[in-house]
Amino acid sequence: MTTVIYTAYDGTETIVEGTPGVSVMETALRNGVPGIVGECGGSMSCATCHVFVSDETAAIAGEMSELEDEMLDGTAVDREDCSRLSCQIKLLEGETYRVTTPSEQV
Amino acid sequence: MAAPHSDATLIVGASQAGVQLAATLRELGDTRPIVLVGDEPHAPYQRPPLSKAYLQGETTSDDLIFRTDDWFAQHDVEVVTGETIAAIERHALGGGEAVTATGRRIPFARLALTTGAAPRRLDLPGIDLPGVHYLRTADDAAAIAEGLATARSLVVIGGGFIGLEVAASARKRGVSVTVLEAAPRLVGRVVSEQTSAFYLDAHRRRGIDVVLDARIAGIEGADAATGVRLDDGTVILADVVLVGIGVVPRTELAEQLGLEVDGGIVVDAACRTSDPAIVAAGDCALMPNPYARGALPRVRLESVHNALEQAKVAAATLMGDPHEYRTTPWFWSDQADIKLQIAGLSTGYDATVLRGEPETERFSVLYYRDGQLLAADCVNQPLDFMAVRSALGRGATIPPEAAADTTLPLKKSVVEPAAPSLV
Repeated sequence: MTTVIYTAYDGTETIVEGTPGVSVMETALRNGVPGIVGECGGSMSCATCHVFVSDETAAIAGEMSELEDEMLDGTAVDREDCSRLSCQIKLLEGETYRVTTPSEQV
Repeated sequence: MAAPHSDATLIVGASQAGVQLAATLRELGDTRPIVLVGDEPHAPYQRPPLSKAYLQGETTSDDLIFRTDDWFAQHDVEVVTGETIAAIERHALGGGEAVTATGRRIPFARLALTTGAAPRRLDLPGIDLPGVHYLRTADDAAAIAEGLATARSLVVIGGGFIGLEVAASARKRGVSVTVLEAAPRLVGRVVSEQTSAFYLDAHRRRGIDVVLDARIAGIEGADAATGVRLDDGTVILADVVLVGIGVVPRTELAEQLGLEVDGGIVVDAACRTSDPAIVAAGDCALMPNPYARGALPRVRLESVHNALEQAKVAAATLMGDPHEYRTTPWFWSDQADIKLQIAGLSTGYDATVLRGEPETERFSVLYYRDGQLLAADCVNQPLDFMAVRSALGRGATIPPEAAADTTLPLKKSVVEPAAPSLV
């Protein structure tokens, strides 16, 4: 089973069963998880799917592209070392992902 | 005959705005039934990838859904697919009943129109031949993808965003591509001459033929399209022809309801139509916009952001808590490896500033009116885009001379408004 645990900035947790190959952003949107906007549908144009990832998630989230890195410089809540755009994290079979959403995305 | 009573909200149009409207109603605590009607035979899905990732085979239509079936069920949103609303009858005491083309009756207490837009049709000899396509729906995209799978050549009629995105996607698949544009430049309706000139060069560099000032006589072919004939007799061979010449808002129902329509369903800043009991949002809605300068009092925007934000406003209005639409418009277009992000509306600009070198395929064009920043086209410059979007949202500006200085990040040159701004 592939699981995504979303923690909102106020501590509310939402646990969703994900589908391998689908991104953390899409998984949130399809299931109505608050805190992730994802206006551009994952084309790295909007930076409204900003999340903070756990160390374990960072290790399985894949490399960050130059474009993602640049977009993260423009997020509504300032980036941290553990920041990622959740549209760029594609779920892998059998893994568990933990992400925290910022207080604002726009 | 007394019509059946219902306390349901009927949302006509099951795309970006319609789905968001339903979701926001639920977020705002609305517990009444919601019926979301769409005329396509699919669960509601995202359109933007159809001309890009989908045509490049990087995503499938299953990947494009907005919400899972479970979400709709859990939130008591009834999704009716494959049904066209043919007529809407209103009751004297509020509410009414919609009738679909198949005769299904849907009573409602509240009505929202998120009917979107349809491709503008071209009237030319041969336009109905197989192989000639428009692109709006997933089925359109599937037909184009099928055609491109065996095509050697594509002709795109219309050098706007849809046409250029499809052209770039087809080129990536190894198809030979010609773009025919009637105007003297590409994307002329939306961007500055500098940005248009850049796209012309960039697409030609990638092997796409572009004909400007093109005059088309007709589509060639007996049983299927084989080419496009220009006025001067030239025939450009094509197995697939895509017509992308803009869209027309779907206002038929609004007109039938007697609502004010003027190239879009006229709404106020709270998404109320000329009948304040009915709201409209998204591509079909024509709304006053504080970012639109110049002569136009109202604008109709074709963008995901606008559809989402208007839908949220419309939902709040239906909940009896109207507030004004206030958000910085933004748009994007991905063509090959070129990412364009536009913040603001450039309508009414009197000056532009070029930031960076277009030849490097990384630059921005900033638009000004009376020295005040209005908008920016940012090509492969996400940081410029973020800085401009954020500045516009705060009513701030960026002095033109600072904007041209590429040694300074734009963010550092933002000048905050003198007094708190409402725009």
